[in-house]
Amino acid sequence: MTAAGFALPAVPFAVALIGLLLPLRARAVAAALAVAGAAAALGLAIWVLAAVGDGHESSREWVDFGGLAVTLGVRLDQASALVAVAVGVVALAVQVYSITYLRDDDRYVPYAAQVSLFTAAMLLVVVAGDLMMLMVGWEVMGICSYLLIGHDRRLPEAPGAAVKAFLVTRVGDVGFLLGIALLGVSAGSFRVADVLAADLSGTTVTVSCLLLLAGVAGKSAQFPLHTWLPDAMAGPTPISALIHAATMVAAGIYVVVRLYPLFLSSGAALAVLGVMAAITLLIGALTATAQDDIKRVLAWSTVSQIGYMAGALAVGSTSAALFHLLTHAAFKALLFLAAGCVIHAVGSNLMSAMGGLRRDMPVTFWSFAIGLGALAGLPPLAGFWSKEGIIAVARHPEGPAPGWVGWLVLIAALVGVAVTAWYATRLLRRTFLGAPAVASAAPVPLERAHAAGTPHDPPPLMRWPVVLLAIPSALLGLAAFLPAFRDALGLDGVHIDAWLLLPVALLALGAALGWRDLPTVPAFARAFWLDEVQHTLVVRPARALAAVVRRADESGVDGAVEGTATGTVSLARRVAGAHRSTLPRAATAVLAAAVLLAAVGAFL
Amino acid sequence: MNALLIVVLAVPAVGAAAAALLPDRLGRIVGTVAAAGALIASLPLYRNSWFSYGPAGVRPWHEVDYAWVPALNLHFHLGVDGVSYPLVVLTTLLTLLCCGFTLWRTPDPGRGGTLVALLLVIEVGILGTFLALDLVLFFVFFEVVLLPMYAVIAVWGDRDRAHAARKFVLYTLFGSVLLLVGVFTVVASAGTANIVALTGGGEMSRTTQLVAFTLLAVGFAVKSPLWPLHTWLPDAHTQAPTVGSVILAGVLLKMGTYGLIRVAVGVTPEGARWAAPVLGVLAVAAIVIGSLVCLAQTELKRLIAYSSVGHMGFVLLGIATLTATGIQAALIGNVAHGIITGLLFFLAGAIKDRAHTGDLAQLGGLRERAPWLAGVLGFAAIASLGLPGLAGFWGEAFAVVAAIDRGGPLWTTLGVVAAVGGALTAAYFLRLLRRVTHGPVVGSIAPPALAPVEVAAWAPLVVLALAVGLVPGLVLGMADGPVQALLEALP
Repeated sequence: MTAAGFALPAVPFAVALIGLLLPLRARAVAAALAVAGAAAALGLAIWVLAAVGDGHESSREWVDFGGLAVTLGVRLDQASALVAVAVGVVALAVQVYSITYLRDDDRYVPYAAQVSLFTAAMLLVVVAGDLMMLMVGWEVMGICSYLLIGHDRRLPEAPGAAVKAFLVTRVGDVGFLLGIALLGVSAGSFRVADVLAADLSGTTVTVSCLLLLAGVAGKSAQFPLHTWLPDAMAGPTPISALIHAATMVAAGIYVVVRLYPLFLSSGAALAVLGVMAAITLLIGALTATAQDDIKRVLAWSTVSQIGYMAGALAVGSTSAALFHLLTHAAFKALLFLAAGCVIHAVGSNLMSAMGGLRRDMPVTFWSFAIGLGALAGLPPLAGFWSKEGIIAVARHPEGPAPGWVGWLVLIAALVGVAVTAWYATRLLRRTFLGAPAVASAAPVPLERAHAAGTPHDPPPLMRWPVVLLAIPSALLGLAAFLPAFRDALGLDGVHIDAWLLLPVALLALGAALGWRDLPTVPAFARAFWLDEVQHTLVVRPARALAAVVRRADESGVDGAVEGTATGTVSLARRVAGAHRSTLPRAATAVLAAAVLLAAVGAFL
Repeated sequence: MNALLIVVLAVPAVGAAAAALLPDRLGRIVGTVAAAGALIASLPLYRNSWFSYGPAGVRPWHEVDYAWVPALNLHFHLGVDGVSYPLVVLTTLLTLLCCGFTLWRTPDPGRGGTLVALLLVIEVGILGTFLALDLVLFFVFFEVVLLPMYAVIAVWGDRDRAHAARKFVLYTLFGSVLLLVGVFTVVASAGTANIVALTGGGEMSRTTQLVAFTLLAVGFAVKSPLWPLHTWLPDAHTQAPTVGSVILAGVLLKMGTYGLIRVAVGVTPEGARWAAPVLGVLAVAAIVIGSLVCLAQTELKRLIAYSSVGHMGFVLLGIATLTATGIQAALIGNVAHGIITGLLFFLAGAIKDRAHTGDLAQLGGLRERAPWLAGVLGFAAIASLGLPGLAGFWGEAFAVVAAIDRGGPLWTTLGVVAAVGGALTAAYFLRLLRRVTHGPVVGSIAPPALAPVEVAAWAPLVVLALAVGLVPGLVLGMADGPVQALLEALP
């Protein structure tokens, strides 16, 4: 079991290392390796899920920093195995899909290797039994997202979006590192089991949980560090599927689940999480209603859905959060890959360039419809059950968070249901229904090459991942009725009662809104101007400070050094000059000195 | 085995003489062979277990001790332990890579044999500094490095080389003078120059220790360099030829931090304890200021040079905490910086050679035209920004951990600010990559492919950056005992 746990990240990591060293021509080898790596990871994850039983923990010393040991170990249980399976499924789907999607890209080889590295990093986070080990996966994922978001050379905004993604998450990671440092120092070990078992003071727990939440907000795109995720759409569409469905953004939620016993002893941290979740949920959903770029709609929906998961954690339920994480992984991967098919066919990201695609792309349409239904929470699709679970715990909060947090999460979640239905319906209507757009607006370069003739369903390697992902998107919610699945997550049974009708009614309301062509609200379209706020409050002051510090360092500190040198030289010149006087002046000086010395001698 | 200590110094010394006397090409080859010999001789110095004799704060694995000037009670006393061993190997490795690199490409104005000879003399000086267990001998080796480095910059450097070389030599000479006074303050008051006997403070009074520590620390701070005594570094790095920058950043700076640990902290611990807060504050200032300057920097080599100020700030913060965690972090940070910044300077040299400019505004689109060069640069930058899993992470993260561990308002604040500095480090390296590798193609790069010798020189550093990141025990496994011994010896 330990070996399998280590092999989970190690296999894709090895595949990634080999892939990074392959020459750019070796497409076929790279593709075979990448798919094999993802398939092996998925197989291992399934095996772990089947065999892990009540959990498994093992560790050995990795390195010792003056008595503070960092361990190398795995910590597996059914929930983590389920997340690993989700990662494996999405990674495999993405790798297969990318073979066709990046057919004309001459940098496919490093791309595939980076996707493998990304998978390895996420799996490392999933199995890690030590906080420092988790940190490794956590940050490597950040750098992979950076590399992959910046992949497309023809998009001028891609490099900037990549830098933004890494830096915004890195700002959060300052808190994450400090939180881990504080926990490790207080507990005397970085091993998760030791940290959870340690007897820590309330202040330490609250402070470190709040610090960890900064990192979680960055990775899981929670307010106020959510701004990188929509821009990350500059990455190729399969990467969006990978980041949004089962890796990066899920990592933050997963880490909170992992360290949940700590959060359970800090009501303050959970209250902060709850507020963060509610704000994020609403910002994400409302902004999604006003986007024209199909990927941006989905990106904002991810922000909002992660808000649901964070909300579930805030009101005391890891199982509801994990359940939604799993269903979301399925339907969000489906939605992004299907969106890729649409973009591939139309040659544009913009919904204003789409419309009426239902007839030409029936497979994509039906898959997309299932994904959107699951996202909006249409019974009996997956999202309905997992969202219902979150609403149910928000009604009866369990954790130590103050009572108002439950209300806040509940209201945000219910409003969110209506708004989600609104933008999901709007997306479906504008993309697949109605009349086809006349002229295509500014096409996206990477995809442009594919768009020729009438739109059509994608080739098999792109179609099958989409079709297969539609199955869990539709049915995974029903797993809540399976006792084995419920036990794995620690989920309560589903209560069929009148409360189930409220989300359905809200959903209908939202769908009615989305069906009509409402004018866009500027605040929603600009995402409440939070990008501008971030730019004014952080980016510009940092740049200005850097310029000032550079000038001060060069003319102040170094100026003093250079000044000392030139001062010495000019003093030396003057002294030297004094020694090169003309004869009369020199004679006068000698005489004057003699007189002076004589006077002094006489005086003494 | 003890004789190896002499061999490690003698081989490059003989090689230097040969390289200087023989004709150019032959000289370079002989010199490179000598550098390889030094590497081979340095590797078996390793001893898996460290044995202890008595309560000494330094317990060398191997030791040689000859009377040198008996009348003055001076000794030719060398030894190696887990603190110095990684640095010794790093030195022999980087020197070999630089000499081998010179075989292929000698910077203008040629005369590669002389350059190799100077590199080998520098190697002797640096190795001697790491191996010396006699304070006066330490000082002598410390100074051996100065003039050959001056020559390397002044002869083979860039356009503004004369000024940079003069600044380097005068500034570090200023540090050396203070160091010399510090050394003789210690030797005069303690009556011995034996570092083994002196570690822990010996019989010196508190006042003597404070004075001596201040002198020694300022001397080492110039070399490290510690803000605000760093301004010789950007000029020297920018003007030095590629191999000069690699040695300078890779191992020469480490003489300062090594001296701080072994001599300043080891010999005058009372002084270290007294000055630790000041040292910590300056170290964190170096991290933040170095990063901010990098963020506004427009020249490639200058940016990497300034990044050293920030990275060495983390190393100095680790030392300043005076905890086992912090000193271990400093040791691995030292080695990691040598590996990664050495690689970065190799890359900066390769880019400047190809593009004939280091101006960031005139570089761009490297990944389109030279994908492998861009790939290695990306790797080095990512390693340098402290990505967990690569070598740079451990030193920086555990300097922060050590500061948090130290506790109290001051050290907690320092830890927090240092962590923020870590984010700034990421910011400027990503800005560098965005300018140089991403973005539209600017200027020309010729030739785009990597030369075999470049691959050979860079590959060990790439592998080490990954290996030390994944198995930090490579460096720290052997340092645990010595660091404990050092700290136990402190009062």
